[in-house]
Amino acid sequence: MNLAREFSKGIWRENAVFRLLLGLCPTLAVTTSAENGLGMGLATTFVLICSNIVVSLLRKLIPAKVRIPAFIVIIASFVTVVQLGMEAYVYDLYKSLGIFIPLIVVNCLILGRAEAFASRNNPLLSVVDGIGMGSGFTLALFILGAVREILGSGTLLGFSLFGPGYQPFLLMILPPGAFITLGFLLAGMNRIDAIRSVTRS
Amino acid sequence: MKDILRLVVALTLITVGAGFVLSMVESVTREPIAEQRRLEMMRALEAVLPGMEIDPEADSVELVTGTDRKGRDVIRTFYRGRRQQELAGIAFSVVAPDGYSGNIAIMVGIDPEGSVAGIEILSHAETPGLGDKITHEAFKGQFKQKSLDNAEWRVKKDGGEFDQITGATISPRAVVKAVKSGLEFFREHRQEIVE
Repeated sequence: MNLAREFSKGIWRENAVFRLLLGLCPTLAVTTSAENGLGMGLATTFVLICSNIVVSLLRKLIPAKVRIPAFIVIIASFVTVVQLGMEAYVYDLYKSLGIFIPLIVVNCLILGRAEAFASRNNPLLSVVDGIGMGSGFTLALFILGAVREILGSGTLLGFSLFGPGYQPFLLMILPPGAFITLGFLLAGMNRIDAIRSVTRS
Repeated sequence: MKDILRLVVALTLITVGAGFVLSMVESVTREPIAEQRRLEMMRALEAVLPGMEIDPEADSVELVTGTDRKGRDVIRTFYRGRRQQELAGIAFSVVAPDGYSGNIAIMVGIDPEGSVAGIEILSHAETPGLGDKITHEAFKGQFKQKSLDNAEWRVKKDGGEFDQITGATISPRAVVKAVKSGLEFFREHRQEIVE
C-alpha cells in the first residue's frame, strides 16, 4: 500500500536522524532528557505536518524561482505559532526547550520535506509523509533523550531508576554524550540492517 | 518583466497570509502568556517570602540602581511582603552577569533588617549536572538567615562560608557575589524601600 509505505519510510528506512542525519543541531542539543526529546520531537512534527499541507496545497501557485523563500515564510509562521502556543499553555516545557524552538525554522528536515516531497505530491500523501517523518524524528529524539537521561541522571521521565546511591555518568548529558549516544545508535541500526540483508540473501 | 511581477505578487500574498495568521494567534495567546509570566513571578516571590502577603502591582517600590551603557536608568523593583499589614519582608531580583554561561537571574527575599529569607534562581544557562546545582535546595538553603553582618560573602574556596559545587565554582561564586551586592544596595537605600 502506497500510504503505508510513505508512513513507514520515515520511521526506519529514511529516518531523519538515523538515516538521513538531518536536523542534528536540535537533536543533539535538546536530548538531555526523554521529556525534552519528546517535546522537541512533537513540536517539530506539528510544524512539519502543517508546512507539508500548506506547501502541498500551494505547490502549483508558488513560482519555482521563489519557492525557497516561500517555504521558509510558511515554516517560520508555523514555528511562531508553536512557540506562542507552548509559551501560553505548556510554559515549563517552553522554558526547558528555550532557544531551540525558534531554531526549528532552520531544521533542514522540514525544509527538506517541503522541497523533496510536499512540493511534488498531493496534500494527502504529504500529510502522511509529515506524520511518518515526524514520528521517526520524535522516536529518535525520545530514544536519544532516554538513553542520555538514564545514564546521565539516573532517571527516566523524571522518575528515579537506581535509587539515591547512583552516581550519574555526567558526560552523557553534556554535549559529548549526545555524539557518543548517536554513534552507538547508528552503529546498532547498521548492524541490524546488515543481519537482515544476510538472512534475506 | 511580467515574470518578475508574478514572483512579487506570489511572495507578497504568502507573507500577507502568514502575517494575518500570526496576528490572530498572537491575539489569542497574549492573555495566557501574560498570565503564565505573572504566575511564574508570584511563584518566585512566594518562595523567597514564605507565608507573606504579596501584591506585586500595588505594594512595591522602584529605585534606580545605576545607568546602563547607553545612559538609560536601570530600575530595580522591590516587592514588599506583609503579615497582618506589617512589613515582614522585601524581595528583589538581581542579575549575576558572570555565570559560567550567560546571566543568572536571582530573586532574593530578605527581612526588613537585611537577613536573607530565601533565594530563588529565576533563569540561568549553567551546565546541566554541574553549574545548574545552584537551583538545588542544598545550595539555595545556605543563604537563609545570612546577612552582611553575620556572614563572609565568598565561597569556601575563596575563604568565605558558602559551599561551592564540586566541579563548578564559577556559578556559586557569581550567585554569592550578586546576592551580596543586592544586600549592599538594600542597606544603602533601606529607608526608601522600607517606608
